[in-house]
Amino acid sequence: MNVNAPIALKKVDSSVGVFQAMVSVFLRDVRVAFRQRQDLLNPLLFFTMVVTLFPLGVSPEVAFLKQSGAGILWVAALLSVLLSLDHLFRHDFDDGTLEQLMLQPQPLFLLVLAKTMAHWLLTGLPLVLLTPVLGLMLHLDGNSVATLCLTLLIGTPVLSLIGSIGAALTLGLRSAGVLLSLLIIPLYIPVLIFGTGTVAAAAEGAQVSGYLALMGAFLVLALTLAPFASAAALRISLSNS
Amino acid sequence: MAFVIMRDVGIKCPVSILVPDWPSFMHPMPYRRPSLLNGTQMPEPLLQAVGLECERDERLLFQNLSFSILPGTVTRVEGPNGSGKTTLLRILAGLNDAWAGDLSWCGTSISQNRESYLRNMMYLGHRPGIKHLLTPLENLRALMAGRRPLDDDALLQALAGTGLAGFEHVPCRNLSAGQQRRVALARLLIADEPLWILDEVFTAIDADGVEAIETLLLQRAREGGAVIVTTHHDLDLPGMGRITLGAA
Repeated sequence: MNVNAPIALKKVDSSVGVFQAMVSVFLRDVRVAFRQRQDLLNPLLFFTMVVTLFPLGVSPEVAFLKQSGAGILWVAALLSVLLSLDHLFRHDFDDGTLEQLMLQPQPLFLLVLAKTMAHWLLTGLPLVLLTPVLGLMLHLDGNSVATLCLTLLIGTPVLSLIGSIGAALTLGLRSAGVLLSLLIIPLYIPVLIFGTGTVAAAAEGAQVSGYLALMGAFLVLALTLAPFASAAALRISLSNS
Repeated sequence: MAFVIMRDVGIKCPVSILVPDWPSFMHPMPYRRPSLLNGTQMPEPLLQAVGLECERDERLLFQNLSFSILPGTVTRVEGPNGSGKTTLLRILAGLNDAWAGDLSWCGTSISQNRESYLRNMMYLGHRPGIKHLLTPLENLRALMAGRRPLDDDALLQALAGTGLAGFEHVPCRNLSAGQQRRVALARLLIADEPLWILDEVFTAIDADGVEAIETLLLQRAREGGAVIVTTHHDLDLPGMGRITLGAA
């Protein structure tokens, strides 16, 4: 008997639960973001600046602001999310954590979903929370502000999810900003139209449940399909790096 | 373009068998004399590549590259800069999809068996996968979370084993390059994956660290695992197989 013969190393058969792995990815992203707070503030500052500049630049009249306030807030929120998208995978790509994420045995699309949810929590949700203040500043009435917050609450996760596809696709490029906007803005347009449409309907006193249902449909569609597309795009981007 | 050297160092442990496009390769090694293996049966290869081919930026990196990685072996991928060592390792790890050929894990194609393969393979690349804003402990915990969650005691012990005792709670951006690599290398101490794919594993590591890593690689091989490694460091382990790329 050869004592030097290798003993067979047991193959790993146990697996970590998918949910546990997703929570770990989510928590790591949140923790990293809170260690770098100025990055968290950037989209919020941008959002506030755009919204405050409109009354100064266009017209401070109540009638104008009442009419276009919801649109201003929606466009500003959309652009803030767009600005923050480049960071979604970029740092992870540069330091190699994205590689390790891809090599985890759990399905990649679920891990990407966890990352996207962390992105929404750190950019989309603060925008929603800031909206009532800025809405009152633009003379929106209570009903409009409530509807606006609701549409943003449903709409910003859609923006993050769709944006993750673009961020993943442009990952390998050196200056991804413009291309990312070109790819993503057309996909944002329906969300924007229905978001502002809902608030306009609410301001006229019409029923908004139909609009909200459509926005909910957007969210479900993005939630189920976008992670697959992002995961596939990430594979392509990493394959070429 | 690429060729493969067969090197036999006798009975201590079976070497990786590297065959250039062997037609009978699909059959279980008929060309190998059993005496070389000191009477033991030829083990099933952990990883087997047949006719690998990869082109990058319209340059053929390798073609008809066939080899098998047996349990109990350390294999070094050699070649000059730009010869495709990292690309080969990324292909083996499943990070690069732009290749042709067959790659199988324990007899099953990797593409069909991806989840099981990923559970049994550990890849450490150029970029160590360390977040600068997190501490070594948080980094290691996050890296292990999807594979083998361990309690903090085990993680702290692994960090201490790589010489990072006292630095567990210091953000990684305050650590030196070598210390940051050591955070990633702490995984070698707690990994239970049989197959290790390590790209430039000795970069920024001091002499003591290099020796410790060499011991770990040999130990993994002795335990029946397998290690594939690239390095510009002068690595010559007993029984090490070699895959040479890019030589004429």
